[in-house]
Amino acid sequence: MALALDLGRKGTPVLVLDDHDGVGQGSRAICFAKRTLEIANRLGAGQRMIDKGVVWNVGKVFHGDDRVFQFNLQPEDGHRCPAFINLQQPYFEKFLVDEIRVAQDEGAPIEIRGRNAVTALDQRDDHVLLDVDTPDGPYQIEAEWLIACDGARSPVRDMMGLSFDGRVFEDNFLIADVKMTADFPTERWFWFEPPFKDAGQSALLHKQPDDIWRIDFQLGWDIDREKELREDNVRARVDAMLGEGAEYELEWTSIYTFQCRRMQEFRHDRVIFAGDSAHQVSPFGARGANSGVQDADNLAWKLDFVIRGLAPEALLDTYSEERVHGADENILNSTRATDFLTPKSEISKVFRNAVLELARDHPFARPLVNSGRLSVPCVYDGLSLNGPDMLDGPERTRVGAPAVDAKLGETYLLDRLPGEFTLLCIDAPAPDIDEVDGVPLTHLGLTARGNPFLKERYLGDARGAVYLFRPDQHVVARWPEASADDVASAMRIALGKGA
Amino acid sequence: MELNLEPNIADPDGFYDELLAVHQGLSKEDSDALNARLILILANHVGDRDVLTAALKAAQR
Ligand SMILES: Cc1cc2nc3c(=O)[nH]c(=O)nc-3n(C[C@H](O)[C@H](O)[C@H](O)COP(=O)(O)OP(=O)(O)OC[C@H]3O[C@@H](n4cnc5c(N)ncnc54)[C@H](O)[C@@H]3O)c2cc1C
Repeated sequence: MALALDLGRKGTPVLVLDDHDGVGQGSRAICFAKRTLEIANRLGAGQRMIDKGVVWNVGKVFHGDDRVFQFNLQPEDGHRCPAFINLQQPYFEKFLVDEIRVAQDEGAPIEIRGRNAVTALDQRDDHVLLDVDTPDGPYQIEAEWLIACDGARSPVRDMMGLSFDGRVFEDNFLIADVKMTADFPTERWFWFEPPFKDAGQSALLHKQPDDIWRIDFQLGWDIDREKELREDNVRARVDAMLGEGAEYELEWTSIYTFQCRRMQEFRHDRVIFAGDSAHQVSPFGARGANSGVQDADNLAWKLDFVIRGLAPEALLDTYSEERVHGADENILNSTRATDFLTPKSEISKVFRNAVLELARDHPFARPLVNSGRLSVPCVYDGLSLNGPDMLDGPERTRVGAPAVDAKLGETYLLDRLPGEFTLLCIDAPAPDIDEVDGVPLTHLGLTARGNPFLKERYLGDARGAVYLFRPDQHVVARWPEASADDVASAMRIALGKGA
Repeated sequence: MELNLEPNIADPDGFYDELLAVHQGLSKEDSDALNARLILILANHVGDRDVLTAALKAAQR
């Protein structure tokens, strides 16, 4: 939906085929990260997510009966979006669809067809021929490009006979979303070896909007799924956790196992994979939906330029390059978290518990405790679309990084990077250039005088700087000062035309 | 910094004594746990990632 909205807003005709009708009702993702909200803001749907979502900062980690430590993701000042919100995935999807309706009314060429299942496909030279099944009978349709966002079990991937390799973790997690008006604080509580009866290896309690709480129990490998999902068994566990007499309704329960795997390549000629169809991670760290939205952010502008003949098709290969890099980072983080949660050998359990014991008394051990490293945006270090980094500037805004937000009086920097190539000149002269090979370049001139956020995040010790951003707000190149030629050549690199 | 594999402990016999003494009377399980805590404490004290990698290699033989 994010991709459809982004492309449609740019004027590219998009047709969404979904074998369901309407927003998915399963409660899956709950944790949405700052970068996702920033992308949603660019698409116009972010504020409603933030308004509806639960903002949280404090996490507590327990081991058995003891509290090991507590952390505070104390948000940094000068950002429009919070570090994280909790929001049920159906709301997230609904706000995107609502924004698509707004865009449609404004003339964006987007069409959504529910209960339209893709059943076969044939790649031709200049299009993909799809067979689509509907309640009113089947039909065929030609698409110039097909983006397969059809989930972890991707039928399109299967139809093309492509592999999806990685690791399956031998573990089962029971999730229960319960509705209750309890006065637990808005914090993330995580237990290793929880003290309540039959809670398994670990447990999680986390608040969502509408008085819903997400509860997770790690049950191990050899279980009887059907039995564990029976309401009385779920209730017995939840009762033990919340205490006798707690009043709640079960909203949704499910048992899942998880895997970390990805496709070799995300682009196969005119078929491009995005989201869970391309890569799957364990939920610890909230990297699934968050990385899917970053896929969309990465792909939309590239596809738009290719379709309009402003960039070579090779630009689409960099989507695969960059997002494979992102997926590997997410898989690495999520695999490490899983190894900490479920020690795979006797000695790894000895070390795990040693870390938890030490963390109680000594701050040094706390960073070693891993109950999921929360999703942070990916930096495309050393990849092919990067231009020169000529500024001795801050590390966090280096070439390849996504723009870091900064408050500018009443607005924010990210609001001023509107999905086009943008040249930001901070206390530096603006080179005279406003398009490169037909691709427009927007200018933004700012001063860091009196703005400590800009100075700290974009200048460091430099007196001034010129930053070139891609439409997805990643840094292409930066200089202390730049000529029009410098900018043009960096922009050509970022358009996949080589140096 | 490089991993120091030359003698560096002033009172080798005294240290060795102390190391065995903390394990005195512990079950295998408790000794393993103590060793793990000790490794983590020492590793943090060293801090330097390259030295830690070199130490892990040296221990592997
Ligand atoms: C318990 C759990 C908790 C999670 N928590 C988080 C979290 O906190 N944060 C986070 O970021 N992520 C989380 N995730 C992961 C997140 O839910 C997924 O990464 C995300 O839903 C993937 O989105 P997607 O659009 O790629 O795929 P999906 O959401 O799976 O959507 C695929 C769509 O394709 C449709 N489709 C399939 N086949 C066809 C076909 N042949 N024709 C037409 N349509 C078809 C399906 O109906 C569906 O609508 C969690 C996952 C689980 C299981």
